[in-house]
Amino acid sequence: MSDAVLADPPPSGAPSTAEPAVVVDGLVRRYGERVAVDGLSLTVPRARVFALLGPNGAGKTTTVETCVGLRRPTGGSVRVLGLDPVRETDDLRPRIGVMLQSGGVYQGARCGEMLRLVASYAADPLDPDRLLERLGLASLARTPYRRLSGGQQQRLSLAMAIVGRPELVFLDEPTVGLDPQARHETWRIIESLRRDGVTVLLTTHHMDEAERLADHVAIVDHGRVIASGTPGELIRGGADREVRFRASPGVPLDGLRSRLPAGTVATEPAPGVYVVAGAVDPALVASIATWCAERDLLVEGLQVKHRTLEDVFLELTGRELRA
Amino acid sequence: MSATATGRVDPDDGAAMTGVDAGPGTFAPRPGRAPLTRMVANQTRMELVLMMRNAEQVMLSLIVPIGLLVVCTTVSFIEVDGDRADFFVPGILALAIMSAAFTSQAIATGFDRHYGVLKRLGATALPRSVLLGAKTLAVLAIEAMQIVVLCSVGLALGWTPSGEPLTAVLSVVALIALGTAAFCGMAFLLAGTLRAMTTLAAANIIWFVLLGVGGIAFPLSEFGGAQGLFELLPTAALSSGLRTVLADGEVVPWHLLLTLGLWAVVTLTAATATFRWE
Repeated sequence: MSDAVLADPPPSGAPSTAEPAVVVDGLVRRYGERVAVDGLSLTVPRARVFALLGPNGAGKTTTVETCVGLRRPTGGSVRVLGLDPVRETDDLRPRIGVMLQSGGVYQGARCGEMLRLVASYAADPLDPDRLLERLGLASLARTPYRRLSGGQQQRLSLAMAIVGRPELVFLDEPTVGLDPQARHETWRIIESLRRDGVTVLLTTHHMDEAERLADHVAIVDHGRVIASGTPGELIRGGADREVRFRASPGVPLDGLRSRLPAGTVATEPAPGVYVVAGAVDPALVASIATWCAERDLLVEGLQVKHRTLEDVFLELTGRELRA
Repeated sequence: MSATATGRVDPDDGAAMTGVDAGPGTFAPRPGRAPLTRMVANQTRMELVLMMRNAEQVMLSLIVPIGLLVVCTTVSFIEVDGDRADFFVPGILALAIMSAAFTSQAIATGFDRHYGVLKRLGATALPRSVLLGAKTLAVLAIEAMQIVVLCSVGLALGWTPSGEPLTAVLSVVALIALGTAAFCGMAFLLAGTLRAMTTLAAANIIWFVLLGVGGIAFPLSEFGGAQGLFELLPTAALSSGLRTVLADGEVVPWHLLLTLGLWAVVTLTAATATFRWE
């Protein structure tokens, strides 16, 4: 151990063991003929935030539900905190917190009552009332669950996942349906969990969420991990910036490529969407505009931007992530 | 990072804080399962509160049996041999047990499953056996209430239970325990396999049919040749057994306990094999 200040110090309370929190190896899950997860592998280090990023139907939820023991793998292996989530479920479940996508609360139960019930399963839970307060639900403690708005139900669900002081939290789409303020409060809670040494595995189809929160991102599509790394690694895999524009699909790019500086890449990742990535400067933009003018090509939405995970996803899959 | 990928700008991080985070260590992991007895007690109380809060369930388990007992005993539209209260109190007790342990339980469990409660709680520290056990304990608590209320109403209507008290109480407890097991097995069998709305319909229809042919409101002797078949129904076994003990003052016949026991074994085994948590 060195005394040097690390760029990314391990949060206080991080377990000393080097064993990863979650190891998924070649997971396959079929529902009849349909393959939901198709050979997915990932490793979640302890005391970090890990994001599974991908469009709806990519297999994120099935992966989470397999990790928490609600589904049996068709193939491959899953170890969570060193345990088999199905066979050793009784040992595993007191150590994890789970937020599923919807439902899961007695329709007749009141908000505070439900959180206190889930808290009572734990040996040493957080104070349910303070947690409600933190999540802006204190005034709704006596409100029946079915009268809560979708966002309020989401926040209660998050509270139920963390009230038992778990060492590992699974959050499936934790910010769906939240207004911006509640979304930011959820983000701050996830950051606080990480600060206190809790491992978080979350799923999202929001790039900004993964970019802001996650130490590690795995991009999932069609039941497989198609790229993974830190957000920075994924984004800089190509270049820092890019020029993007729309035009009619299938325009030959050879003429454009010949006039671009070395190290610059021009692609059409999706029909009608063109991306030029590399060292973007005013001259490059001018070259692109000149090329368009020569071809009498009227482009739409020409923009110079920082690359995001969204661009990475587009390049990898040829599709936009936003549903 | 202040500008997000979608171009929205974060509010100042400090400004929107609700100020209840006690700082570092608030969420420090301290995992562990609560003692089993505490989980059973809390879960049972929750299930009981939810049942008492649900108007339809209170109606089915308490109001309808009390109303039927009063009407059947005081209005002579159904012919019975002997004292009316002596015939109807055991029958209505059997009905009440069926309402709570079968119909209410099936509907509540079916909707818990429909709304993902069973799945969600299956991902907490709560063992599934405790969840189903608590549902059964809550039913037993409701049954205790039903017995007190219905016996009080019966006594007010002139019911005179027969038999030696200790034997009668033991016999009644044995009958109700086996009957509850059989009805809960039926309830879990329906609720664990059918959709919630189908469970709701089926549980109500079966309740109504068994009210008619289960020896509750009509003596089974009125059904002629079908009597032998109907006597195999759990409701009939329970009502006949209760009547034998409470009206005739006799020891409960073994074949009735056997009938209930078989229903319990078969339905609970089938429910265990087929129950789907979501």
